[in-house]
Amino acid sequence: MNVLEMRQITKVYGTAPNEVRALDGVDFSVEPGHLVAVMGPSGSGKSTLLTIAGSLEEPTSGEVVVNGQPLGSMSRNERAALRRRTIGYVFQDFNLLPGLSAIENVSLPLELDGVGLRRARAAGRAALESLGLADRADHFPDQLSGGERQRVAIARAVVGERTLLLADEPSGALDSVSGEAVMRLIHDACQRGVAAVVVTHDAQLASWADRVVFIRDGRIVDQTSTSADVEAMLGRQRPGTPS
Amino acid sequence: MSVRHALLALLSDGAKYGLQLRNEFEARTGEVWPLNVGQVYQTLARLERDGLVAVEDRGADGPQRLYRITRAGRRELEEWLVTPPDLSAPPRDELVMKVLVAAELEGVDVRAMIQAHRRYLISVMQQWTRVKGDESALDLHLALAVDAEIFRLEALVRWLDAAEGRLKRHPLARRAQPARPATRKTEARP
Repeated sequence: MNVLEMRQITKVYGTAPNEVRALDGVDFSVEPGHLVAVMGPSGSGKSTLLTIAGSLEEPTSGEVVVNGQPLGSMSRNERAALRRRTIGYVFQDFNLLPGLSAIENVSLPLELDGVGLRRARAAGRAALESLGLADRADHFPDQLSGGERQRVAIARAVVGERTLLLADEPSGALDSVSGEAVMRLIHDACQRGVAAVVVTHDAQLASWADRVVFIRDGRIVDQTSTSADVEAMLGRQRPGTPS
Repeated sequence: MSVRHALLALLSDGAKYGLQLRNEFEARTGEVWPLNVGQVYQTLARLERDGLVAVEDRGADGPQRLYRITRAGRRELEEWLVTPPDLSAPPRDELVMKVLVAAELEGVDVRAMIQAHRRYLISVMQQWTRVKGDESALDLHLALAVDAEIFRLEALVRWLDAAEGRLKRHPLARRAQPARPATRKTEARP
């Protein structure tokens, strides 16, 4: 079963004659353990795709299904619970709460979901440890470097039992080595079974994906083959090696 | 890639046999720039002719010959390291040529053509990224060489993005109407 299934999604902002069709009949899905990158120019609809996938915004028409549950048939409270338990978000500007330490930021979604403080903090600590941030747990965001802040944001996105990770330009203004580190973390989360969607205009970040989807004017116009298809086509041969 | 200077660099930390040089070269950057043993011996013969390497045992044949770098070889290597490569003349890049030609042709869907090239370039980038794989097991030389290739391909993708934007705004490009497929399906094989 796909973790995320978007069927015939259309999103229209405004009303005629000034309406803007941000998405126009988009079909999009992600399997467990897969990393899919969405590329497109500014205004192509890629960020709208992500916010609708994450239930932060509702489509004008079409259906979004997360882990087999159609969002359209859920109450507002049920959708909020789904967002807390199942979906992790990573934004370009990290969106960490400045008054909370790293561990508090990471464990907050669990605490909001009613998980006991001790259990939530233990899960938060485990997530920070897995990203090499154990010694930064008690630091506040302004005491962390840009790369560390983004790792905390990723820890927050994967803490607990999240199965869907949604990232919008996750390397932000980081340098290319730190950007690669961010993509390695997202890639590692996928190795553990998380499904991830990364929206980016950066081809280097997108190249970490199993599949790259291209969006233009609110429509998916093209995509690369999946990694399995490419491996099969190349007979597991790597580029540059003589045939 | 200058095989000549790469071999001088490998010899700079001690005398080596031809096969050993080939193996060390392959271990570092072979995935990016494969090298056959014939190329190694051919290059070593030229280096010897130019006095940049010397053979320890002249009586030995091919695989048994031990090479060492000479003083002139070290000077050559040092000079090469600090001399910028000549990049003043733009290369006649085939991808650039295709887009320039397409922009002039009536009835070609340049946007679709650019997208086909973009998809291909990103597919190749995906393969190189997979070569980087597990960071802890990644050889430094290989990582640097793969990074260089990924940056080169990314520059082409960015140029395609810029070209698409420029063509969209340019009156000359607007007159071209898509009438027939401009591209064949490209395979993700470098």
